[in-house]
Amino acid sequence: MDELTLKDYLRETSIIQSRLMFAAVIGVILVVVLVLRLFYLQVDQHQHYATLSQDNRIRLVPIPPVRGQIYDRNGVILAENLPVYTLEVTPDRVGNIDILLQQVGQLVELSEKDLERFNETLRARPGFEAQTLKAGLTDDEVGRFAVNQHRFDGIELRARLQRHYPLGAELVHVVGYVGRISEADLGRIDRAAYRGTDYIGKLGIEDRYEEILLGKVGYEQVETNAHGRVVRTLARTSPVAGGNVHLNIDTQLQQVARESLGEFEGAVVAVEPRTGAVMAFVSNPVYDPNPFVNGIDTKSYKVLRESPARPLLNRALNGRYAPGSTIKGLFALAALENHRSPEYAVYCPGWFSLKGSRHRYRCWKRTGHGSMNLYNAIVQSCDVYFYQLAHSLGIDKLHEFLTRYGLGRITGIDLEGEPSGLVPSKDWKRRVKGQPWYPGETVITGIGQGYTLVTPLQLATVTATLANRGKRIRPRLVQIIEEPQAKNRQVLPPEMLEKVKFGNDQHYERVIHALTDVVHGQRGTARRVGRGAEYRFAGKTGTAQVIGIAQGARYDEKKIAKRFRDHSLFIAFAPVGDPRIAVAVIAENGGSGSRTAAPIARRVMDYFLTGSVEPLVPPKSKMTEARDGRPDQT
Amino acid sequence: MVDPIKRDEFWHLDPPLLAGLILLCGLSLLILYSAGGEDLSLLFRQGVRVVIGFAVLFALAQVPPETLSRWSPHIFGIGLGLLALVLLVGIVGKGAQRWLNLGLFRFQPAEVMKLGVPMMVAWLLTRQTLPPGWRDVLIALVIVVAPVLLVVLQPDLGTAVLIAVSGLIAIFLAGLRWRYMLLALAALAAAGPFTWSMLHEYQQSRIVTLFDPWSDPLGAGYHTIQSIIAVGSGGVYGKGWLNGSQSQLEFIPERGTDFVFAVFGEEFGLIGAVLLISLYIFVTGRGIYISFYARDTFSRLVAGSLALTFFFYLFVNVGMVSGILPVVGIPLPLVSYGGTSMVTLMAGFGILMSIHTHKKFMPK
Repeated sequence: MDELTLKDYLRETSIIQSRLMFAAVIGVILVVVLVLRLFYLQVDQHQHYATLSQDNRIRLVPIPPVRGQIYDRNGVILAENLPVYTLEVTPDRVGNIDILLQQVGQLVELSEKDLERFNETLRARPGFEAQTLKAGLTDDEVGRFAVNQHRFDGIELRARLQRHYPLGAELVHVVGYVGRISEADLGRIDRAAYRGTDYIGKLGIEDRYEEILLGKVGYEQVETNAHGRVVRTLARTSPVAGGNVHLNIDTQLQQVARESLGEFEGAVVAVEPRTGAVMAFVSNPVYDPNPFVNGIDTKSYKVLRESPARPLLNRALNGRYAPGSTIKGLFALAALENHRSPEYAVYCPGWFSLKGSRHRYRCWKRTGHGSMNLYNAIVQSCDVYFYQLAHSLGIDKLHEFLTRYGLGRITGIDLEGEPSGLVPSKDWKRRVKGQPWYPGETVITGIGQGYTLVTPLQLATVTATLANRGKRIRPRLVQIIEEPQAKNRQVLPPEMLEKVKFGNDQHYERVIHALTDVVHGQRGTARRVGRGAEYRFAGKTGTAQVIGIAQGARYDEKKIAKRFRDHSLFIAFAPVGDPRIAVAVIAENGGSGSRTAAPIARRVMDYFLTGSVEPLVPPKSKMTEARDGRPDQT
Repeated sequence: MVDPIKRDEFWHLDPPLLAGLILLCGLSLLILYSAGGEDLSLLFRQGVRVVIGFAVLFALAQVPPETLSRWSPHIFGIGLGLLALVLLVGIVGKGAQRWLNLGLFRFQPAEVMKLGVPMMVAWLLTRQTLPPGWRDVLIALVIVVAPVLLVVLQPDLGTAVLIAVSGLIAIFLAGLRWRYMLLALAALAAAGPFTWSMLHEYQQSRIVTLFDPWSDPLGAGYHTIQSIIAVGSGGVYGKGWLNGSQSQLEFIPERGTDFVFAVFGEEFGLIGAVLLISLYIFVTGRGIYISFYARDTFSRLVAGSLALTFFFYLFVNVGMVSGILPVVGIPLPLVSYGGTSMVTLMAGFGILMSIHTHKKFMPK
């Protein structure tokens, strides 16, 4: 070992050792950095990260509430929740979804719509959440799948509650239906309230009382792992079931009314005058709401939408008709209120002409009624008397009077989308049509023709106001709201629409007396319909023209296509002394009011007041029915 | 040179270092039991690796340093050949080609280079008197860069970094002149943009999200965020063994391997983390001590390089888990679940023990 190598060795050793020291110093600095960082995370920011870690693992899972049920006034169930079997797929647990769908398709019929919807949710929702593949399996399908369940991992058969309308089509125009929440719905609802809920009220009571029916969503606080799978439940807030809604509708009365309407398109509305309770609310034709719950297929919907009978139209609520002669009772009241003597007489030669005009406004009785006072004009529905009356009062007074009774305004019923109807005025015509008002238009307003449009609901409400001798009550479909979990049962009290009643009681009695004789009097236009009634009722016929009849031409039902035939109207309330029911009937293209609409109203009142109805006479062909001198015309 | 340690050799093992390693491996089993969802078969497999690791350690401790020095070129050459082979016929896993299938077990040739490179560099540089001249430094750099490039091509950035670092530390310890280092740093800064373009997209995104992991919390930032949340939510005392919600509910990705320190930090808190780091410092310190008092320059270089690389492992892993370094896929040495890395590390410590226990004063 020579000195040189030793020297070299010592030098090498000192180089490496000093480098080791240097590295050690760096190492100490790095350790300090690490410990400071850990201190920052675990001490300084501990709260922050503890919260984040808590948020990571705890998740709120919504538990949808059970939707409230809908009953009629006698407790008949109109909307309920039935368990249906659904097939639900958890995509994360399935290998190849296409193959799975193919295999499942051999056991359970999967429509294109099912697949389309499933593929949509597949994209939109997380893979660890079960997604509905098909709802409403048949018993056969349930059986077939259950036997083969073991072959399918990640797909489950589950019982879920689904809205069902046991009476089917009968009350669709009242109850409406629920449907799947749409994009448009999402924009206007509070999404938090609908977590876990797939359905929302779309129409009718289901729509209007959505807030009560929906209930309150519950939550389960669960611990989940990083894949979102539930590890355990930590806490639970139970959902609150939706409130039950009891309607004023009497299903049997509703059925009698619709059956009486038969093949006619039209509407029947029956109201209890004292309370405004809507007991029958018929729009014909009807359709089954049940397919709408899970989304009706395009083809069936197209059939409904394009049907000439327009079943989707809620005629009782949205149908707008000329009131025809049914309005004469109101105008008679207007005459008295405007200080016209009831004995003031108008001579009816069968027509009416304005001064300086040769145009003849015809009375339905071409031979003329002769001298008519107020009473006779109502009982015999003399057009000339009301032409003259309207002309002498002027359109502005008529407008004011009809508006006061609620025409041209919404009634305030508890349904969405009610139209206001139309009561014309000079103002209105100038504003909307940009034209001046012509005196001839006032004349025909007097018999409920021209611009005036009313809904069947408005007619029934006005009839109830007449029965109430001027007290206007808001018509209402819902009677009781019941929240069983809150032990809360709220009976909705009758609601007066105006604080005071209109008019003079004597005037009402005079007009109601005349209206009573329309059905019970010797010469009443609807005397046939009053025959054999166990109670006395007041009524008024109406026939609304669908097309104009040329001067000098004759209306000949036989020669006119059905859809241009007159609409048949009738309003009535009973019993006269203590009114318990007010009815409005419109039978589209039904011809004269007395022949078609009046017997329908009579059956409805018979059923309501006596509990029994005469069996329906097999309807004679409307084309061949004898017209026996048209005593019952308008 | 006076050896301050008593020469009561026990099969050429160094008791303090052995104790540190046994403690670390014990902690590994403890934390893997928690991170692995209390899976005993997983624990068993790790236990087998620990046993194999200690066997390798024991075997290498018996080999005198001069023999190791003689082996160095062969080990390096064979390693380089295997690395080339792995690129041709290796097994593809997780988007990278790293493995050779040897029938009984799979084998990562890159691991060999973790030892092969520092040994080769030390062997090369000790043929001349230290400090090395620029020619030797250049050759040493080629020795480092060649295997690193092959590993980058697999691609396995983490291992490449470790191999490079072990070699560079050896060159540094050998007395690389400071001005060369400054020059190299300048060159590195210049080459930065080029290197960036060479990186895989997942590596780039990992570096980008290092600076703002919250910019992509469900994508590239997810690992870092969940790991930081785990560590931070552990607090001072930790949530307790088997009680870390981030770990037990599988929010921490790769919680058995690269992110096992997050599990540790969550369940044992700051106190546990600092104790664990202290244990690493102890092992590193013992390695530096062995290097400091090694009997020859080759041994000194190899021992120093192995000890400092071990520390580098720790720093990068903990830095990555606590969000101050990018996620590069470097496991926590001896604690992370995994076979080859464990065996390599144990082999390294075997070499350290051999260096420390074969102490005849015999400069070359």
